[in-house]
Amino acid sequence: MAFITANWNPLGEAFYRKIELYEMGWSLRDGLKECLVAAAPYGGPIALLRQPQRPSSSARPQLEIYSSSGANMASFPVHTHTHSYTHTHSDTLIHSFSVCPSPPSLLFLQWKSGPVRQLGWTVCDDLLCIQEDGTVLIYDLFGAFKRHFSMGNEVVQNQVLEAKVFHSPYGTGVAIVTGASRFTLATNIDDLKLRRLPEVPGLQGAPSCWAVLTQDRQTKVLLANGADIYILDNTSCTPVTPPGLSPQACSIVNMTVSFSYKYLALFTDSGHLWMGSANLKDKLSEVDTKVRTPPKQMVWCRRPKSQQPSVVIMWDRLLLVAGECTDTIQYPLDEESVCVAELDGVRIVGGSRHELLQEVPSACQDIFKIASMAPGALLLEAHKEYEKSSQKADEYLREIKEQSVLGEAVRQCVEAAGYEHEPETQKTLLRAASFGKCFLSNYPPEAFVSMCRDLKVLNSVREYTVGIPLTHTQYKQMTVQVLIDRLVYRKLYPLAIEICRYLKTPEYQGVSRVLKHWACCKVQQKEEPDESIAHAVSVKLGEAAGISYSEIAARAYECGRTELAIKLLEFEPRSGEQVPLLLKMKRSQLALSKAIESGDTDLVYTVVTYLKNEMNRGDFFMTLRNQPVALSLYRQFCKHQEQDTLKDLFNQDDDHQELGNFYVKASYKEKKLEARLSLLQSAVDEYNKAKNEFAAKATEEEMKLLRFQRRLDEEKGEALLGLSLQETLHALLTSNFQKQAEQLYRDFRVPDKRYWWLKLTALAEKDDWEEMEKFAKSKKSPIGYLPFVEVCVKQHNKYEAKKYVSKVTPEQKVKAHLAIGDLEGAAEAAIERRSEGEISTVLSRCSPTTDRALLERLNRARSTAAKK
Amino acid sequence: MRKFLGVHITDKLNWSTHTDSIVKNAQQRLFNLRRLKKFGLSPKALTNFYRCTIESILSGCITTWYGNCSAHNRKALQRVVRSVQRITGGKLPALPDTYTTRCHRKAIKIIKDNNHPSHCLFTPLSSRSEDKMHSPRDFHILFVPRRSMLCEQRLKEQGVLGSFINIDEYILDLIPYDGDLLSMESEGAFRECYLESDQTSLYHTAKGLMTLQALYGTIPQIFGKGECARHVANMMLRMKREFAGSQTQILPVFDSLLLLDRNIDLLTPLATQLTYEGLIDEVYGITNGYAKLPPEKFAAQKKQGEVGKDLPTEPKKMQLNSAEELYAEIRDKNFNAIGAALSKKAKIISAAFEERHNAKTVGEIKQFVSQLPHMQAARSSLANHTSIAELIKDITTSEAFFDNLTVEQEFMTGVDTDKVNTYIEDCIAQKDPLIKILRLVCMQSVCNNGLKQKILDYYKREILQTYGYEHMLTLNNLEKTGLLKPQTSTRNNYPTIRKTLKLWMEDANEQNPNDISYVYSGYAPLSIRLTQVLARPGWRSIEEVLKMLPGPHFEERQQLPAGLHKKRQQGESRTTLVFFLGGVTYAEVAALRFLSQMEDGGTEYIIATTKLINGTSWIKSLMDRPEAP
Repeated sequence: MAFITANWNPLGEAFYRKIELYEMGWSLRDGLKECLVAAAPYGGPIALLRQPQRPSSSARPQLEIYSSSGANMASFPVHTHTHSYTHTHSDTLIHSFSVCPSPPSLLFLQWKSGPVRQLGWTVCDDLLCIQEDGTVLIYDLFGAFKRHFSMGNEVVQNQVLEAKVFHSPYGTGVAIVTGASRFTLATNIDDLKLRRLPEVPGLQGAPSCWAVLTQDRQTKVLLANGADIYILDNTSCTPVTPPGLSPQACSIVNMTVSFSYKYLALFTDSGHLWMGSANLKDKLSEVDTKVRTPPKQMVWCRRPKSQQPSVVIMWDRLLLVAGECTDTIQYPLDEESVCVAELDGVRIVGGSRHELLQEVPSACQDIFKIASMAPGALLLEAHKEYEKSSQKADEYLREIKEQSVLGEAVRQCVEAAGYEHEPETQKTLLRAASFGKCFLSNYPPEAFVSMCRDLKVLNSVREYTVGIPLTHTQYKQMTVQVLIDRLVYRKLYPLAIEICRYLKTPEYQGVSRVLKHWACCKVQQKEEPDESIAHAVSVKLGEAAGISYSEIAARAYECGRTELAIKLLEFEPRSGEQVPLLLKMKRSQLALSKAIESGDTDLVYTVVTYLKNEMNRGDFFMTLRNQPVALSLYRQFCKHQEQDTLKDLFNQDDDHQELGNFYVKASYKEKKLEARLSLLQSAVDEYNKAKNEFAAKATEEEMKLLRFQRRLDEEKGEALLGLSLQETLHALLTSNFQKQAEQLYRDFRVPDKRYWWLKLTALAEKDDWEEMEKFAKSKKSPIGYLPFVEVCVKQHNKYEAKKYVSKVTPEQKVKAHLAIGDLEGAAEAAIERRSEGEISTVLSRCSPTTDRALLERLNRARSTAAKK
Repeated sequence: MRKFLGVHITDKLNWSTHTDSIVKNAQQRLFNLRRLKKFGLSPKALTNFYRCTIESILSGCITTWYGNCSAHNRKALQRVVRSVQRITGGKLPALPDTYTTRCHRKAIKIIKDNNHPSHCLFTPLSSRSEDKMHSPRDFHILFVPRRSMLCEQRLKEQGVLGSFINIDEYILDLIPYDGDLLSMESEGAFRECYLESDQTSLYHTAKGLMTLQALYGTIPQIFGKGECARHVANMMLRMKREFAGSQTQILPVFDSLLLLDRNIDLLTPLATQLTYEGLIDEVYGITNGYAKLPPEKFAAQKKQGEVGKDLPTEPKKMQLNSAEELYAEIRDKNFNAIGAALSKKAKIISAAFEERHNAKTVGEIKQFVSQLPHMQAARSSLANHTSIAELIKDITTSEAFFDNLTVEQEFMTGVDTDKVNTYIEDCIAQKDPLIKILRLVCMQSVCNNGLKQKILDYYKREILQTYGYEHMLTLNNLEKTGLLKPQTSTRNNYPTIRKTLKLWMEDANEQNPNDISYVYSGYAPLSIRLTQVLARPGWRSIEEVLKMLPGPHFEERQQLPAGLHKKRQQGESRTTLVFFLGGVTYAEVAALRFLSQMEDGGTEYIIATTKLINGTSWIKSLMDRPEAP
C-alpha cells in the first residue's frame, strides 16, 4: 500500500496529500504569468485574461475560458479601450458555434471594453468582468455577452482599485473599493442593490488587504490598514482586534476567509500566520512561517468536520501548509500557480498541472496508514488475500469478526472509496466492502449502492474531456440537480441525460429539463431551416414528459424566428402557456382559439381585451362572431361595463329578442316618462321583429298603463306611476276611483276571478262592508264565497263573515264554519257530508272545553263514515 | 446568579433576587428619612431626599427588569413608595410610571443614535409610523377562487392597482362542507352556465377536480350527462394531458366520477324538500352551514325560572353539520319521522340521566360523571332540535303548505298538467310571493314538457299584471334556461321518464324508508335515480330515457399507471363522487346518503356541487331586476 501513502505529508495529527487532477490541456506560452485568473469553485471553469505590461494597441489583452482540465472553451482579445461594446460579433460567433454536444472547442472573443480589474464566476457559471470604470460585464461560459451593470456613478470618476467576487446565501455578489477608498457592495447581482459602506477612518487608497464575509445574514467587509483591522457593515465601521495576535506584527499583509465564512486567517509582515474564527472571538493558533515576504495568495484548506485548521500560503516559488502545530509542510513550486479554495481542500492550478491539496480524510487514514489495524484496513487485507485464494483471508476476517466490527469495516471501506480519485483504488475498496458485506446478515445496502452510483457519476464528470474535478464531499454539497445544471451550461447534454437516466431522477426534473435546454439551444442555430429544427425537437422531446414547449418557442422568438416559434408552440400541451407568446408574436386569432381551448375564461378575456385594443371595431366583432365562447364572455363583460357595445353586438347578430330586453332594461334607468316610453316603443319594435307577439303586446300594455297612470296622477294627484296593474287597481279601488278601476279592468281584460279577489280585499281593507254585501249579490261570484268569509275573518269581522257562510258551497262549508270559529256549525256540516277527513279536521280543532255531546256525535259519525 | 451593573441577574432571568435586595436596601434608608422627619424638615426637602437616595435605588436600570418582574415583586416595591408617601405626605410618581417614561426616553435615544446596536430594531417601526401619516391602512388583495385579469385591469384603469401591497390569489375551489359533501359555493354557477353561457365556473370545477385528483388519486372512470358535464370532462382530460409527468402517484380513493348537469333534472329543486334539513333550508334558509332561526322558542327553554327577562330579538344562529351527533342522525329523515326520532332520543337521554340513581360504587359514579358533559351536550342539542321541529311543524301543518304540496304532487304525478291550475290562479290573485308562483308554474311546465302557448301566455300575463312588467326579464330568463317553455312537440315525454325511472312511488314509507322517494314523500329525484341506475344495472338499460333528457351522456376512462389499480376485496363497496353542476338540494344529498347506507347498495357516494340550493334561492338567482333610476 506504500504507493497510496507516498504523497502523504504529516502535519500535526493529520496528513495532507496532493493529488494531480489533470495535466493541463492548454498551451500557454508564458504559463500564468501576468494573467488575471479566475477559477470557479466546485471544479468550475477557469478564465484567463492576459494583461500585457504596457497597454499598446498592438498587444491586446485576450480573455480565454477553459475547463478545469485546460480545454479551451472560449477566448477573445481585448480590442480597444472604448466603452462601446458591440455584441454583434460575439453573437454571430456563438451561433456559428456548434451546439452539438462535443468537447468544448475553441472560440475567440473580442475584448472591446475598458481595462479589467477582476474576473469572477457566478454560481450559475457566468463570467463577471469588473472593469476599472465600475462596469460589470456578464458573459456565459462560451463567451457570449449576456448583460452588464454598473457599480454606481461614483466609481466612474474614482476608478475601481480592487474588486472581489463572493458567494453568499443570496447568490453571487460583487464588492469593490474605489480610488476614494470607499467600499461598495452588491450582495446579489441578479437582484442588484448597491450598498455604499461607510468611510474607513484614515484609509488612503486601497487597504493593505481585505475580505468579504457573510455573517448573521449580513454581508460585511473585513479590512486591514496597516496594523488596524476594521469591520465594515451597512451602517458603521468598527475597529477590531484579533485575540492573541502576536505583538511583533506592525502590519497585516494578507487575510483570507474560509469557504464557509467561519474562519479567518491573517498574515503579518513579521511572517506570522494567525488563525481564528471569523467573528474574531477565538484564536485557533498562530504559526511563525519564517517567511517575511508578503504571500501571493493565501487560502483556507480545511475539510468540513475536521478539527485541524490549516491554511495554504503561496509565494512565488513556495507552497506552504500551516496548521495548528509549529511545523509546516512545504512544497516547492516550479511554475506560476493559482490556488482555488474548495469546500474540502485547495486546488492548485498551474501552467502545466492541476492539483488538489487536501487533508487526508480519516477513513482513508484508517485504512491506508502504514501498519493500521483499523477494521477497514483489515478487511481490505482480507479481501486481498481472498483474491489470492489464500487462507489468510479467513484469519483476517475472523479477527474483525471477533471484535464484531465488520459493519464498521464495510462502512469505512465504502466511505474511503468516496474520497479516492483513482478508479482502481475505488474499485479495490468497494470490492473489499462488498466482500465484507457477504458476512453480514442484515447490513443495509443503501450506502454501498449509492456510493457506487455517485462514484460512477463522479468519474464520468472528472473525465478529461468534461473536466469537472468534483470530490465526493463537494458533490454531496452541490447536489445532483446543480451538477446537471452545470453540465447543461456546458452543453454536455448527452452526459447530463445519461446521468439523469442512470440516477433515475424523475423525468420532470431530470431528462425533460436537460432536453428543454438542449432545444432552447438548438433553436438558436440560424443556418438550419425551421422545419428541420422543429422536426428534430419534436422527435427528441416527443416522449419526454413535462416539457414546456412554450419556453423553447419563446427562445426561438427571441432569436427572431417567429415561424419556428409557432411551429414549436403546436407541441405545447398546455394551451394556457401558448397564449401569451402568441399574443407577443401578434398571432391573436390563434391565441384566441388556444385560449378558448384551454377553458380558462380569464385567459380568453386577456386575449379579447388585447384584440379589442389592437383591431378596429368591425374586425374585432367579426373575430368574435366566429368564436361563440369568446363572444358570450365579451357580452358578459359589456353587460357590466359597456352597455352601448352590448347593443351593437346584439345588432350585429340580429338578436332582436335580446335587443328588446336591452331596451326594457334601459327604460328602467330613465327618469323621464317620455324617454321611457320611447325606449319601450323600441322594445316593442324589436319584439315584433323577433316575432315574440306576447312580449310585444305585454310591452304595449305596459306603455298603455304608464300613460294611464300618468293621466291619473296629473288629474287626481295619485302616485300610481310605476305600479303594476294589480297594484294600480288596488290603489284605485281603495281610494274610491271605482269608475277608473272598472275601465282598467275592461281595457286590460283582467280575468274576473282576479278582479273579484281584488275588489273583495280592497273593500275589506276599507271596511266598506255594505259595498261588499252589494258586491256579493251583484253577480254569482266566480271565486265562490269562501274567500268572502276568509277576507272578513282576516279583518277580524266575524259578524260580516257569518253572512257569507251560508252561500259557501257544501264542499267548503266545514272550512267556512271553522274559519269563523263556529265548531257546532262545522260539526253539523261535516256530519252531513259524512266525510271522514273533514270530521277528523273538526275533531282536531276541538278543545277540552268543547261540549261532550258534540264530541261524541262527531266520534260516532266518524266511525260510521269509516265503516263505509 | 451574578451582579452586573448593580442588577442581580439569575440564571432563570427572574428578578425576585434583585427586587428583594433593592427593597431591603431602600427600607434601610427609610430609617434615615423618618429620622429627618423627626427633625422637622419640610416635605419638599424630604421629597428631595427620597428622590436622591431612595428612588435612585428603586429605579436603577429599571428599564431592564421592571417589565418582566412578577406582580408580587412589583407590589413589594410599590409598598416602599407608599410608605415614603406616608412619611413625606406628598404624592410621588408610581414605579410603573417611572418605568414607562424611562423606556420612552431610552427608545428615543436609540432612534437618534445611528450607531446604537439596537438602532436597526427601531428603524422599521419609525418608517411605518411615517407611512401611517400618508395612508392610514395597508391594502392587500386576495382573489378567491382565482386571480382575475379583468379585475386587475379595471383597478389599473381606476389608477389604484399600485396602492395594493400584495396582490395574490387564494385558490379555493372545493370547500369541504361536511364529511361527505364538497361545495364551491358559487351562487351564480347555474345562471352563468345556462343563461349567460359563461363557463368560468366550469373551469373552476375542472381545476377543483384536478386538485382533488392530485390529493386522492386519478379517478379511473368518468360518467356524465349534459352539455356542461361534457365540457368539464373534456377540460379535465385536457388538463390531465397538460400535467403529464408531474403528478404524484397515489392509490385512487374514488372509483368513479359522475358529472350531472342541473338542467337534466330541473324538476327536483322546484319541489318542496321534505327532509328535516331540506325543510329547514326551505323555510329559514341555510347559508354557509348556518341557519338563522326565530328566537322565541329557544328563549323559553333556556331561561327556566328566570321569568321577566325580555325575549331576545336577535335571530338565533345555529350551525348545522354532522359534528352534532343528533343532527347527523335525523337530518336526512323525512320530517314526518322526526317526531318519533326525537322522542326516542329523549327517552334514551333521560334514561341515561336516570342511571345516576343506580350508580352505587364510587367507580360507577365516576364513570357517570365522566359521561356528563357528553350527555348534557346531547340534551341541549335535543332541546334545540325539538324547538326547530316545533317551528317547522307549525308551518307544515298549515293549510297553505298542504295545498301547495298537493298541487306539487299532482303535477309530479301528471294530473291536469295541461290546464291552467286554479290553485296557481288563486295564489296570483292573492298576490302570494312571486317566487312561489314561479316555482309552481315552472314545475307545471317541466312536468308537462312545456306548456301550451295559450296557457303559458296566460300565466305570463297574470304574473306581469300582478307583479309588474319588470318581471318580463325574469320570465325571459326562465324561458332561456328551459324552466318555462312552450310545448313544441306534441308528445309529452315526462310520463315516460316518470314510469321508466319510477319517479313516483305511491307507497313511500316515510318512517322506515326503503326507497329514495321518501325525501319528497313519493317523488324520487330524477338526478338520484340516474345515479342509482348507473350503479346498478347501468345506463345501457335506460338509453331511451337518456335520449329524452338534454345533452349527451358519456363515459371516459383515465389510464392509471400500473400498480395503482385497486385490488377490491370481497364486499368492499365502490366510492363514487357525484358532481352536480349548477347546484344540488339537501333532499338530493339525503337521498344519496340513503343510497350509501343501503346494505346491498355496494356504492358509497361523496357529493360535490357548485352550490347547495333550494327552489327559492335557485329561482332567485335567475331573476333579473332592473334597478329604478
